[in-house]
Amino acid sequence: MSTAEVDGGQVGPTWRERLTKASPVLVLVPSLAASFIYIFVFTIWTLYISLSNSSLLPSYDFVGLSNYVSLWSNRRWNIAYSNLFLFSAFYIVGAMAIGLLLAILIDQRVRGEAMWRTIFLYPLAVSFIVTGTVWSWLYNPVDGIQMLVRGLGWTDFNFALASDRNTAIYAIIITGIWQSSGFAMALFLAGLRSVDPDLVKAAQIDGASTFRTYRKVILPVIAPIFLAVAVIQIQFAIKTFDLVAALTRGGPGISTTFPAIYVYDLMFQRGQIGEGAAAAMMMLAALAVVLVPYSFYVVWRRRKENRHD
Amino acid sequence: MSSLTIRNLRKSFGSVEVLKGIDIEAKAGEFIALVGPSGCGKSTLLAMIAGLESVSEGEIRIGDRLVNSVAPKDRDIAMVFQSYALYPTMTVRENITFGMESRGVPRPQRDEAVKRVAALLQIEPLLGRKPGQLSGGQRQRVAMGRALVRDPKLFLFDEPLSNLDAKLRVDMRSEIKKLHHRVGKTTIYVTHDQVEAMTLASRIAVMHQGQVQQFDEPQAVYDRPANMFVAGFMGSPAMNFIQTEVGTDTDGRPAVSFKAAGGGTATLALHNGIAGQISTRNVILGIRPEHIFRYSPELKAAKPSIAKVEAPVEMVEPTGAETIGFMRFGDLEVVGRFDPDEAPRMGETITLGVDMSHACLFDPITKNLI
Ligand SMILES: Nc1ncnc2c1ncn2[C@@H]1O[C@H](COP(=O)(O)OP(=O)(O)OP(=O)(O)O)[C@@H](O)[C@H]1O
Ligand SMILES: [Mg+2]
Repeated sequence: MSTAEVDGGQVGPTWRERLTKASPVLVLVPSLAASFIYIFVFTIWTLYISLSNSSLLPSYDFVGLSNYVSLWSNRRWNIAYSNLFLFSAFYIVGAMAIGLLLAILIDQRVRGEAMWRTIFLYPLAVSFIVTGTVWSWLYNPVDGIQMLVRGLGWTDFNFALASDRNTAIYAIIITGIWQSSGFAMALFLAGLRSVDPDLVKAAQIDGASTFRTYRKVILPVIAPIFLAVAVIQIQFAIKTFDLVAALTRGGPGISTTFPAIYVYDLMFQRGQIGEGAAAAMMMLAALAVVLVPYSFYVVWRRRKENRHD
Repeated sequence: MSSLTIRNLRKSFGSVEVLKGIDIEAKAGEFIALVGPSGCGKSTLLAMIAGLESVSEGEIRIGDRLVNSVAPKDRDIAMVFQSYALYPTMTVRENITFGMESRGVPRPQRDEAVKRVAALLQIEPLLGRKPGQLSGGQRQRVAMGRALVRDPKLFLFDEPLSNLDAKLRVDMRSEIKKLHHRVGKTTIYVTHDQVEAMTLASRIAVMHQGQVQQFDEPQAVYDRPANMFVAGFMGSPAMNFIQTEVGTDTDGRPAVSFKAAGGGTATLALHNGIAGQISTRNVILGIRPEHIFRYSPELKAAKPSIAKVEAPVEMVEPTGAETIGFMRFGDLEVVGRFDPDEAPRMGETITLGVDMSHACLFDPITKNLI
C-alpha cells in the first residue's frame, strides 16, 4: 500500500533506464529458450518416445516399458553397456594418472616447459575422428606398428590389439588416454602452480621428502581439481561415439559396441526409434548417476565456504 | 642453542645482485632483528639461512658447522613464514605434528609435544580445526606452534606480525618477547616495522640495497646511526636533517649555522668534543624530533647543552600524549615532539631549545656519521 502511494507521487523511471535494466534479460532470453527447448523439451520427448511403439517414424501409442525390456534382453546392448563401464574406469583412471604424472614432471621447472605443455596438449586439439583414424592405422597389423617393428628385424613381434575381439576395447582405452591425458595434465599443472610456494618451503623445512610433500601437502590442496577432471572425463566417456566409430566401428564383431553407437544404429539404421530412445534414456541415466551427486557436492561446498567467510 | 655466523654472503638472481656481502653474527640465544625497506633483501637472506635459496658466495655457519650446501631439513631450524604457510587441508594438530611425523618421531612423543606447545600458546581449543576456520591472530599462533614444537638450533621469523591489525600486533609482539625469554633460542626476526625491531631485538641489522648499513644494539642504532639512511629509517617522525656551515658562535665556541626563516642566520653551538672531528666546511645536522623543546631559562639551567633558535610554527598535530609541531627553518620544515603543556601554537614564532648533546653530524658527501 504505502510503496504504491510513494511511487504514485514520483516520476517513474524513464524508458531509457527501463531499457538498460531489461537489456541483460533481453539478450539472454533467446539462448535460454533454446537451451530449455533442447534440454528439457527434447529430453521429455525422447522419454515419451521410449515408452511408445515408434519404429521407423515416431508414433504416440503408449506401450509401457516393453522397449526397455527388449533392450536389456539384447546381448549387443549388454556388451555395449558393460564396455561403457570398463572403458570409463580405465580411461578416467589412466588419463588422470598419466596427466598427473606429466604435470608433476613439468612442475619440476624443466627446461622448455612451454614446448612440453604444447606437445602434451596437442592431442586434444585433434578431433576424435582424426585420432581414431590415425590410431586405426597404427593398430593395423598389415601397415601399422607391428609392420614397422617387424621390418626392423623382430619378425615375431605381435601388436594387433584392435583386431582381436578380446583386446580391441583396450586399443580404444589406450587411444582415449592418449587423447585426453594432456587435458588432465593442463588442469593439474594449473592447480599445482596455484599452490602457495611457501607451503612447499614449509614442508621442506619440516623435513618431508618430495613424495611426501606431494602426497600430504600439495595433492590434498588441489583435490577439487581431481573431481572436476574426473567429471569432465566421465561425460566424455559416456558420449564416446566418434572415437570408436573411426577406430573399430564397433568391431571386431560386436566386441567394441558402445551405447552411443548402438543408439545410432537402432534409430537411423534399423528404424527402431522407440528402442533407440530407450537406450538413449539409459545413457542419460548413466550420466545422471555421476553428475547429480557432483552438483550436489558443489553446492554443498559453496555453502560451507560461505558459512566460514 | 647455537650461534649463527654469516660472512661476506652474496646472492644474485641472474645478473641482479640482491645481497652484496652481508656480515652478521648472532651469539647463542640472541634475538637479531633484520630491518629495512621493502625489497632490500631481508626475505632472501632469511631464505638463504633456511637453505631455501642457494648461496652465490660467502658462508653461513650454524654453530661451528658450515651449512652452505646442507638441505633445509638437516639445518635444524624452524621458520615462521609471513604468509604463515599453514597446510590448509590439515587440522591444527596435524600442522603442528607434520614435521615430527616426517622425521619419524613416535606417536606418544608427538602427542606430548603438541600438548606442551598448545598450552604454551593457548591454542588447545583449536587443535581440531582447519586453518581456514581460524582468525589471523590464531593462525599466527599456530604458525609459531609449528616452529616451537621442535627444538631447533635457530628460529627464523619472516614478518610474522605484518598481517595483523594494530592492536593484535602489539599484543603478539609482547608475547613473542616473553616467549623468547622463556625458550631463549637464537632468533632471526625480519620486519620492516622499526618499533618491533627496537622492542624485541638484542641487536638490529639495518639493511638497505643488499647491504648491512649498521649492526648494533637498538639504542646505539637509534642514538648513533651509522649514516643518514639509518638515521632516517629508524624513528618516527623521522630525524630532521639540516644543511649547515661549520663556524663559531658569538662566544667563539665551535658552532654550526644555517639560514633561518626570516632571512638571517641561526647559529647552534656544538656540544664539546665533536667539533675536533669535523674536517669539512659543511655538515648535515641531524636532530630527532624529541630533542626539540620550547625554550625556557629553567630548561637551559637543567640541560646546559641546549642551544636557542627561533622559528615560525606552520602546523601542529596533537596526538594526545604529545603534540607534533612543524616549524620552518629556512627552506626546510623541522618536526618537533612537544609535551602538550608547552605545545607550539599555529602561527606563533616559537623560541626553541635544541638539545645539541644528542645531535648527529653527517658528512655531506659520504652521508656517514661524523
Ligand atoms: N626469485 C627471484 N628472482 C629474481 N629476483 C628476486 C627473486 N626473489 C627476490 N628477488 C628480488 O630480490 C630483492 C629482494 O627481495 P626480498 O624478497 O628479499 O625483499 P624483502 O626485503 O624481503 O622485501 P619485503 O619487505 O617487501 O618483504 C627484490 O628486489 C626482489 O625483486
Ligand atoms: Mg620479505
